[in-house]
Amino acid sequence: MQWGERMTIKHHLTEQLLMGYAAGTLPEAFNLVVASHLSMCDDCRATLAAYEEIGGALLEEAGVAMSTGGLDSALARLDTRAPEPVRPAAPGALPAPLRSYVGGDVDAIRWRSVGGGVKQAILPTSESASARLLFIPAGAAVPDHGHRGMELTLVLQGAFADETDRFVRGDVEVADQDLEHMPVADIGADCICLAATDAPLRFTSLIPRLLQPFLKI
Amino acid sequence: MTETPPEETEKAILISDMLRVRDQRDRAAFARLFGHFAPRVKGFLIRAGSDPAVAEDCAQDVMVTVWNKAHLYDPARASVATWVFTIARNRRIDLARRDRRPEPEDLGWGPEPETAQEDGLVLQQESDRLGVALKGLPEAQRELIEKCYFGDLSHREIADVTGLPLGTIKSRIRLALDKLRHAMG
Repeated sequence: MQWGERMTIKHHLTEQLLMGYAAGTLPEAFNLVVASHLSMCDDCRATLAAYEEIGGALLEEAGVAMSTGGLDSALARLDTRAPEPVRPAAPGALPAPLRSYVGGDVDAIRWRSVGGGVKQAILPTSESASARLLFIPAGAAVPDHGHRGMELTLVLQGAFADETDRFVRGDVEVADQDLEHMPVADIGADCICLAATDAPLRFTSLIPRLLQPFLKI
Repeated sequence: MTETPPEETEKAILISDMLRVRDQRDRAAFARLFGHFAPRVKGFLIRAGSDPAVAEDCAQDVMVTVWNKAHLYDPARASVATWVFTIARNRRIDLARRDRRPEPEDLGWGPEPETAQEDGLVLQQESDRLGVALKGLPEAQRELIEKCYFGDLSHREIADVTGLPLGTIKSRIRLALDKLRHAMG
């Protein structure tokens, strides 16, 4: 990540998502979006750390006695080797957590065309929600759709605009069933997004709806 | 001269023990941390649905991880209890074997050790204040927060929790992150 870009992020994660990520109760696909946004956003990183402090405060309260011998067996297992030094991840277009799902940077993404120049790559996550990378050619649109559940869209390259606002690299749009939108990529550059949803999308026109089972979105 | 309340002394000891584990690989300091945190981690895991025998084993694992990953502990970014909580939470997620939780990109080492320790004490005070504020919340709201952290609520069931007293703690951590980014230059 480039540090300078942190200042331009305008659309952040909700408190609800940061609390869920701190508590560790989100679906894997949402965790991936949250971890990717956090890699680019210090504001949300600080909010997350505050929510983790709540976890620390709750931990301080409850205690159940350990059986005797617990400490000795823990002491016997302590590592005596020096720890590996931490190296910050090499900079790349994709945030580090996402690169581990893709198996590399942008050039390693295995795109599949879904028509109209739009491409996608479904990422392997648990079934509680799905995650995919979306490639929208400069100036092109994703078909008009609504949502049955919650959908998170994080911009990784380029920018898009919909009925609500314009979203640039690092911005995340949090959509629920109330939002029906047609994201259009900026004319200047192809747009790459990470999108996650906990329910299948609902397309408003017939053809994308027929295609839906094949697109797996 | 005002006397330091015993609770505050106890918190200061936790920080210095954690730093002894980190910097000197001090086993006696580890034993004290174990005495404080292992029962709490066990209690946390039981509340989160583990059976007591599994929770006992996992509490041991968590404390061994506290030792093995001590080099990642930065007092300016988390209180000791919070650092242990994050490890216990990750262990709970592993146990459930359902949803992986990738971590954000690593920021590497913390700021200069001396300033970090000072920042750590300030963060610890903020963290204590947060603990007091949590205790003072209306019962229903508090219960909701506990349910969320013990894994009893899905993300759909957590309504936006507003009015949580996170302001100062957030700005302390933001400051620590800025220093860290600056140090990495």
